[in-house]
Amino acid sequence: MNLTLRIWRQKGPEDKGQMVTYPVQDVSPDMSFLEMLDVLNERLILDGEEPVAFDHDCREGICGMCSLMINGEAHGPQRGTTACQLHMRQFSDGDTIDIEPWRARAFPVVKDLVVNRNAFDQIIAAGGYVTAPTGSAPEAHSTPVAKANADAAFESAACIGCGACVAACPNGSGMLFTAAKITQLSLLPQGQPERYTRVIGMVDAHDEAGFGGCTNIGECAAACPKGIPLNTIGRLNRDYLKATAKRAGTPGS
Amino acid sequence: MAVTGIILVLFLILHMLGNLKIFTGETSFDHYAHWLREIGTPLLPSTWYLWIQRTVLTVAVVAHIVSATVLAVRARAARPVAYAHRRKIHVNYAARTMRWGGVIILLFVIYHILDLTTGHLNPQGDPANPYGNVVQDFAADRWYVTLFYTLAIVTLGFHLRHGAFSAFRSLGQQTPKGERRARAAALVFAVALCVGYLVVPFAVLTGLVA
Repeated sequence: MNLTLRIWRQKGPEDKGQMVTYPVQDVSPDMSFLEMLDVLNERLILDGEEPVAFDHDCREGICGMCSLMINGEAHGPQRGTTACQLHMRQFSDGDTIDIEPWRARAFPVVKDLVVNRNAFDQIIAAGGYVTAPTGSAPEAHSTPVAKANADAAFESAACIGCGACVAACPNGSGMLFTAAKITQLSLLPQGQPERYTRVIGMVDAHDEAGFGGCTNIGECAAACPKGIPLNTIGRLNRDYLKATAKRAGTPGS
Repeated sequence: MAVTGIILVLFLILHMLGNLKIFTGETSFDHYAHWLREIGTPLLPSTWYLWIQRTVLTVAVVAHIVSATVLAVRARAARPVAYAHRRKIHVNYAARTMRWGGVIILLFVIYHILDLTTGHLNPQGDPANPYGNVVQDFAADRWYVTLFYTLAIVTLGFHLRHGAFSAFRSLGQQTPKGERRARAAALVFAVALCVGYLVVPFAVLTGLVA
């Protein structure tokens, strides 16, 4: 396959940046999207040019590092798939592919396609954990958890924190991420003691980081490579309403 | 957004039911319109209830618009650099047109009050004969009024389709099954309200109400 790539190049955080066109020849349909970028980078290095910077780590869809907006879709055209697990067979010979970084005020571009997702760490630091020392894994039946709750908590815990929800949201909101992190704890017994201070702290941190507000459009859940459902935001809303009624003004744990 | 929206939706339901009184005849409709000014008497002086309701609705509309503006401003600030290539994957026309749809509905409401409440833009404009005002307003040669009215009501329908679901969600609707029900209920409600509002001008247009 021969492709034309239009890639966002930006030397550093202060650089204005622009889309640059690169032709790529002899791409195998069995390559992953990131391997295709590796091929481009090897050629750029041989030509003495600066290679394209992009985030990646595990390349098996679980680390949450890849963050590519491919043809205007977070992680590309295949649903429920991170960019590293996307294969070139999803594209056709002669295609032009636009590759951009996540766009959000809370995710400033570091270089080219690499963005700083520290804002997510700030949200977690504001309450996305339990403070009780839990030790090693307890005997499974010592604390009963309803199967439905365990399943829903696990579904939310699948969030890899890649930021596709923010990238896809027309409001630039990080509410699906925040809701997933709240839900995975609020449905389990270990998460109960801090349940209502957690939600206030995390939503405040979300807003302070410069994310937009949620208007329940649903673009986030459609883009999420891990299939976090939109109704987790409803769980967050319900906890938030209860929390503000119970402990208005209490800062996060 | 949700709380003020619900207040406005409750008014829309009552307003629609009131409109449908037009099918019970001129005397009945005019009597109903007159009764609206007398609700609460003799406990309250005449038209007091009407003004209380108007105040509540105005506060709700203003609060609704203020919340929407805050969200829109935050959304704009949250993405300072736009995408060069953007594709919407989740097709949700109603959710995407909430802001401009809201502006269209506001403009319509202003026109609607000047038309059928104060009578300034009505061909008859007789406060004593609201039935006649409606019939004159949607007369066949004033087709552009009916057209604008229809467009505004359809916009309202889209606004409610997402708005009603979104209100459930904002107030804590949290299960996948509930989400399907809330979306279905919002769709049925939006369509029912559209039909309820549109039968009146089309009944006048077709001569069913004359």
